Amino acid sequence: MTDRGSSATTGGSAAPEIRRGEDETPRLSAAPGATAASSRAHITRVSGALAEAGPMPEASLYELVRVGERQLLGEVIRIAGDTATIQVYEDTTGLRVGEAVSLTGSALTIELGPGLLGATLDGVGRPLRRIAEETGDFIQPGATARTLDASRRWKFEAVVRPGDRVSAGDVLGTVEERPGIVHRIMVPPDQGGAVARVRSGPFTIDEPFGELADGTPLRLAHRWPVRSVRPVARRLRSHQPFLTGQRIFDLLFPVAEGGAVVVPGGFGTGKTVIEQSLAKFAAADIVVYVGCGERGNEMAEVLNEFPRLTDPATGRPVIDRTVLVVNTSNMPVAARETSVFLGIAIAEYYRDMGYRVAVMADSLSRWAEALREIGARLQEMPGEEGYPTYLGNRLGKLFERAGRAEVAGRPPRTGAVTFVAAISPPGGDFSEPVTQAALRVASALWALDPALAHQRQFPAVDWETSYTLAAEQTAAWFTGNVGKDWGELRRDTLVLLQRDRELRDIAALIGPEALQDRDRLVLEAARVTREVVLGQSAYDPNDERSPIEKTHRLASLAQALYRAGLDALDRGVPFQELDVAAARHALMALRGAAADRMEELAAAARQAIDDLGRRKAAA
Amino acid sequence: MSLVSRSYRGARAAAGPLLYLGATHRAALGETVAIDVPGRPALRGQVIDAGEEVTVIQVLEETLGLPPARATLTLTGEAATVAVGRELLGRIFNGVGHPIDGLPAPVGESIRPIWGAPMNPVRRVSPADFIETGVSSIDGMNTLVRGQKLPVFSGPGLPALELAAQIVEGARAPRGEPFAVVFVAIGITARETQTFLERFEKSGAMERSVLYLNEARDPTIERLLAPRVALAQAEFLAFEAGIHVLVVVADITHYCEALREIATAREEIPGRRGYPGYMYTDLASIFERAGILHGHDGSVTQLPILTMPDDDITHPIPDLTGYITEGQVVLSRDLHRRGVFPPVDVLPSLSRLMSAGIGRGKTAPEHREWSNQLYALYTQGREARLMATIVGETGLAAADRRALKFAERFENEFLGQGTYRRTIHETIELGWKLLETVPREDLLRISDATWAARRQAGGGSPP
Ligand SMILES: Nc1ncnc2c1ncn2[C@@H]1O[C@H](COP(=O)(O)OP(=O)(O)OP(=O)(O)O)[C@@H](O)[C@H]1O
Ligand SMILES: [Mg+2]
Repeated sequence: MTDRGSSATTGGSAAPEIRRGEDETPRLSAAPGATAASSRAHITRVSGALAEAGPMPEASLYELVRVGERQLLGEVIRIAGDTATIQVYEDTTGLRVGEAVSLTGSALTIELGPGLLGATLDGVGRPLRRIAEETGDFIQPGATARTLDASRRWKFEAVVRPGDRVSAGDVLGTVEERPGIVHRIMVPPDQGGAVARVRSGPFTIDEPFGELADGTPLRLAHRWPVRSVRPVARRLRSHQPFLTGQRIFDLLFPVAEGGAVVVPGGFGTGKTVIEQSLAKFAAADIVVYVGCGERGNEMAEVLNEFPRLTDPATGRPVIDRTVLVVNTSNMPVAARETSVFLGIAIAEYYRDMGYRVAVMADSLSRWAEALREIGARLQEMPGEEGYPTYLGNRLGKLFERAGRAEVAGRPPRTGAVTFVAAISPPGGDFSEPVTQAALRVASALWALDPALAHQRQFPAVDWETSYTLAAEQTAAWFTGNVGKDWGELRRDTLVLLQRDRELRDIAALIGPEALQDRDRLVLEAARVTREVVLGQSAYDPNDERSPIEKTHRLASLAQALYRAGLDALDRGVPFQELDVAAARHALMALRGAAADRMEELAAAARQAIDDLGRRKAAA
Repeated sequence: MSLVSRSYRGARAAAGPLLYLGATHRAALGETVAIDVPGRPALRGQVIDAGEEVTVIQVLEETLGLPPARATLTLTGEAATVAVGRELLGRIFNGVGHPIDGLPAPVGESIRPIWGAPMNPVRRVSPADFIETGVSSIDGMNTLVRGQKLPVFSGPGLPALELAAQIVEGARAPRGEPFAVVFVAIGITARETQTFLERFEKSGAMERSVLYLNEARDPTIERLLAPRVALAQAEFLAFEAGIHVLVVVADITHYCEALREIATAREEIPGRRGYPGYMYTDLASIFERAGILHGHDGSVTQLPILTMPDDDITHPIPDLTGYITEGQVVLSRDLHRRGVFPPVDVLPSLSRLMSAGIGRGKTAPEHREWSNQLYALYTQGREARLMATIVGETGLAAADRRALKFAERFENEFLGQGTYRRTIHETIELGWKLLETVPREDLLRISDATWAARRQAGGGSPP
């Protein structure tokens, strides 16, 4: 339900002095005490997710407000004269003209500190479990739940001493947030000075464990405006690949740590399965999973599954390294827009501790649609497909927040935020504005194809359209750590697939039987490559995660099969006599092998490949 | 919200389904408005834009002939609600919940707001219980799971309603638990409704069903309310009365057209093909009401039916639906022409919750491999069929020829079961029988262990 143009109440169209921030830096009103002056401020209009209120002469753009008797959370997004337009993060049904509105004096912030790991937050940072305690099985507006648990005591170990001079980002001490996961307590970005007092011991997030000389208390948590970029000392180029555990990505389309990937695909092509597989198996210290405008059951699945899965790198439950941010498709639209910022801000915070963080956003299209919905209600001039004209700009700034960096403060440390964004293009057509805007700023494209999904070729990644800009940059790591032949293997696999595509086009016209033997071998070898190397089932417990060595092994064997076939043909063995079926079978068995049978089945596959052209001879 | 009701004489203006009211006292977004015109039955409306100077009311019934100046509008202070309860089982209502079966209006066990509220994701239970529909292409290949929303993508003239009726009649809860059907007709013809009603009566499904019927001749605006009224009832049955509820909605396409019509009347900026930009969010507010909650015995499963205009799956209606639901069952005109019933094209069909609902103790231990293999072979057969039209069957490789034969039998025997109800075991057995028409080496998706187990159980082709 958006505004119609005819009404006299239409906000702002002819109003003077519209301040609308295109930059995301919140401009805060000076004194929190100023709220008293606007105590008469009340709702003058409500329509959809937007409310107008006045008089609010002291309101600032992006300032957080409390709307109505139930104190719904909202954010000022436009000011005209002394009327503020507010996007409300909660269901506005029942909100009345005349109800009071109050300013909070701060922008939308997230409370950063120990206790985030394992949490499930809504789009504005409230833990959904606590909301359930307040409002039951179905979400009702007005819940006040605070992000972090203020009653919990954390064992803090100070690493600084009174008299030390500290500045933004310096590590003051640590707490063990989850077993084996150290949470570094840092000087917040805007603070610094001499440490006056500091003490180790158990503290809640509200109890100061120390104080700076100027009287600033030191606490385990601080607040940060989610739309603001957290500063770093220096951005770094990355040579380390972000290992996903998915063969097709690690082998053909690797990204570097700190990269940003877009994963567009029509419905049912496997975006969510990819995002979840990465959340479970990718080599990251911390994962922030943002379910933005998607399904409630998918979130239930994550909540059900993640506590039971172990992170192979640490042996700990996967949930221990995960923060979930959830705004399902039936939750308020305005909070969909903030959910992605919230996720990124949390990721930057753990990056600042020196961690490698991965952010999964599913789906960025819903984020963009939220911008569009709000823009339409504000009666902004629409751009392409109705999206606001600043879509590209906003999206660019979001992607900019990914990266590897030397973080601020001592001791020196580096961290990274890798960003993997699913995109849901209407009709699966990539020419639409969100996909296009994302491609301009992404370092890799993993394009999903409905035709492959219908054939159950999963992950349904279209290897002809997909690309990465990080192949060169990560090549040395792969040759140094996995195999010297990595570069050739990657190239040979791509060449084989390319040749296969050309031949299949021809075969469709003349029939495969009419092809030359060498070409028929290409078709078979490519088929094995598709099935065994690129194909990977998320439902096979032995293959849902492919360690990089396994990826290397399977890709090498597929190439070995091809070469063995060529050799046999060269020796004069006709194609029909190559026992490709046996080799395929052996490789398939290896793909699904349990860890303890891997060597045995690898030997069997090798043998089947050696025997490829020998059946006749042996018989 | 306060319950003071405020009455106003005469709307300032009217346009399509909208009435514009001047200054009101504390209008609330979403509150119900009673609209009285002397000599006419009372109408209901809802505040969709509350303002100090102008308040906009969307009339929830036909506005034809409504004189705005003579209407008395009363803001009730309440959101739209409907009576729900077990006593509604066996009854028939219109799209706004008024009885049309000649019986008095139900008192209900509870009065519920029709708009509902989002389930808190942390309170959801991950769906994992198999529902046996008796249809092989669903049970075997695209398994329906309790708490899922699985639409049927149909085309004009394809037998989607017949398939839905067959599912309603055949569906069994796994352990014989209490089970009910909520059927919502949106803009379908009187004849279609009649056919459906007769089948309900004959099969005895009527007594465990509640029907909400908005027929093609009923007011457009009621199409937007019907699914929500029905879901309020479904949620009550599921989460208060502990019943497993299957909600069948036909036809979502009519719902979306009503949404477009009303958006146009409101002079909103249209999105893709004229449908409003918020259609995704709007549809989600219906489909996301499927699910299961911790601490409650029942569940809401949705089986919406939609007609793809021009059989085009990229049309915004199937497209947005597919982005929200947990898969789709796609009907094929080609299979229908060849007399295959139900004409389900399994390749673009998908049940995303299938994995959770199948396997040992639920369906069959080898279900995943078995269906992967059927998919792989059928895909190969379909490709071979396409190629054969150009190069002829003799130009195909031997394995492709085998796959082509398999595909024919798969369509005629496995998919084309007619109206016979198959148990999951009959479905699995038939699938094996068809797989065993090709040599072992063609069955790459079947592991040696599964193959050995099958052979031991007495199946499998001779070596
Ligand atoms: N790697 C995989 N292995 C096995 N099955 C897969 C894999 N990836 C996807 N699938 C299948 O495809 C289905 C759809 O995947 P998914 O839900 O991830 O699609 P999506 O792109 O997120 O769709 P939407 O845009 O509608 O959310 C899954 O339910 C699963 O059946
Ligand atoms: Mg998805």
